[in-house]
Amino acid sequence: MRSRFFVVTGAIVGLYLILEMLRRTGIISLYWAQIMDLSLIITISAVGLSLIYGFTGQFSLGHAAFYGIGAYTAGFVSKSLGGGAGVAGFALALLAGAAAAGLVAFLIGLPILRLRSDYLGIATLGFGVIIRVLLDNSHKLSPALGGAKGMLGVPQLASFVWIFWLAVGAILLARNLIASSFGRACISIREDEVAADLMGVNTTALKTLAFVIGGALAGLAGALYAHRYPFLHPSTFDYLKSLDVLLVVVLGGLGSLTGTVVTAVGWVFLLEWLRAILPAEYLDLRGVVYALVLIVLMIARPQGLLGGQSAKGGKRRAVA
Amino acid sequence: MIHLIEQIINGLQLGFVYALIALGYTMVYGIIRLINFAHGDVFMIGAFVGYFGFAVWGLPWPVAILVSMAVCALVGMAIERLAYRPLRKKGAPNIAALITAIGVSLFIEYFTSLKFVFGPNYRVVERPFADKLFHLGPINISSVQLLVMGVVLVLVAGLQFIVYRTKVGKAMRAVSHDRDAARLMGIDVDRVISYTFAIGSALAAAAGVLFALAYPQISPFMGIMPGLKAFTAAVLGGIGSIPGALLGAVLMGQAETLTAAYITTDFRDAIAFGILILVLMVRPAGLLGKAGPEKV
Repeated sequence: MRSRFFVVTGAIVGLYLILEMLRRTGIISLYWAQIMDLSLIITISAVGLSLIYGFTGQFSLGHAAFYGIGAYTAGFVSKSLGGGAGVAGFALALLAGAAAAGLVAFLIGLPILRLRSDYLGIATLGFGVIIRVLLDNSHKLSPALGGAKGMLGVPQLASFVWIFWLAVGAILLARNLIASSFGRACISIREDEVAADLMGVNTTALKTLAFVIGGALAGLAGALYAHRYPFLHPSTFDYLKSLDVLLVVVLGGLGSLTGTVVTAVGWVFLLEWLRAILPAEYLDLRGVVYALVLIVLMIARPQGLLGGQSAKGGKRRAVA
Repeated sequence: MIHLIEQIINGLQLGFVYALIALGYTMVYGIIRLINFAHGDVFMIGAFVGYFGFAVWGLPWPVAILVSMAVCALVGMAIERLAYRPLRKKGAPNIAALITAIGVSLFIEYFTSLKFVFGPNYRVVERPFADKLFHLGPINISSVQLLVMGVVLVLVAGLQFIVYRTKVGKAMRAVSHDRDAARLMGIDVDRVISYTFAIGSALAAAAGVLFALAYPQISPFMGIMPGLKAFTAAVLGGIGSIPGALLGAVLMGQAETLTAAYITTDFRDAIAFGILILVLMVRPAGLLGKAGPEKV
């Protein structure tokens, strides 16, 4: 066990050093570095949804709302501090983003997690629309938030070190949670909530907890986003963005953390790669290709790319 | 007071359009438990075909509505045949079908916004007739409002007839009640599902044309918000229930219009969805839905 720990740690540190070196030397251009950072940020958010949906089975169509809450909260904190507080201020902003998203997840999760499957999906979707509308009108709360015009002026403090290691941290957190008794209880809820309840699992508490942790991870991702890309706009956090994360989690395979991570990175790069290879006059085709890839992948592998361990697939939950 | 009544009429116009869309959602959900995300885009195609019908091909508007309904019925059947049926045959999990539906929705939106299809920009729709105001005492009703409500009432009556008075309708109700039993009784389930998509899509097409007449601006992404709201309306009324969809849609239209008229236009969408969340918490099965016993 010990040696495996060192091998994994060594591999991660090695990966980090190689990527950092390639970026410093300019072999990875600024453009692709930006895409890489985005893919890691999406990974953090997707890992959060993986906990909520992939492992606990709580269908959410409003994940981008937490991402947005995190981004705006952290952006606001940083902007108020004026970037003068340096690393401590940045850390505080990240914390505030994650905490705000977690708190909202708690407040909204407690009542709506009683709902099941599609109903929960539609309630979270409604929640996402509400948050989007609130962001559109956020300038009424504080002009610094910008409302529908978007928010500018958040200090760009999120360097690759932060993004990479926070992504690693999020993945490790999720992995350890899943391997813990908490994780096993969550999986039991996904497999059969009634049975889990009868076996003495406190389903309400665990569902809410998973929702809060997942929401907070999305908030953290949003907070990083706010400090990496200088322009925040409510449309970055709407329903289509919730779908993006959901697609990543489902395509990766429900209940497969590796799948989530690989798909999150792969998906972001696939989209950018399409932008790079398609000639300018065919750039409009990107959306079409994206949608077709999605449909074909889903029909060919309904259980997701790396899915299959879950008892949820197969005949029992067949499309009724 | 008169202002209030006129706002309620505006709300009815909007609610009636939502109702036509909501019926398609609720029928499809009732029969295969799938949130057909592409439904809002079928609505959009309906609006465009209707627009081409009366503005470009010079058809009279009732014919344009019928043409649009026919085209969309085929589109709906094609979507079911190409995207959802293969998954159903594989016994794929529900979520796979849902994601596929999202994929189909994105595909339609991006494909139709290509330049050689509909193009990405908004188009302004010129009404094929002059909009007249009728005076009922002190209240004004426009001819578009009367037209929208009239067409919707006729179509809903037609749907009611199909579902409760014809063999296809009986088969649809049977499949939605218990698919396996229906199959054992000799019902061709695939064909019934196909018909359900055709009928739902035709209704969405009519809704699209009416929407284009009432709010004369169309674009390939116009289906997203009405689609979400109509689906919300279906859930609000109790998904799977046809009267529920109508009730939910009318309430949704009222909530949206009255909020915009009396409280704030900025938070219109937030309030509509806020009501939805509240209703779901009090009555998770919707207003007219039946909460079945939980199967273990």
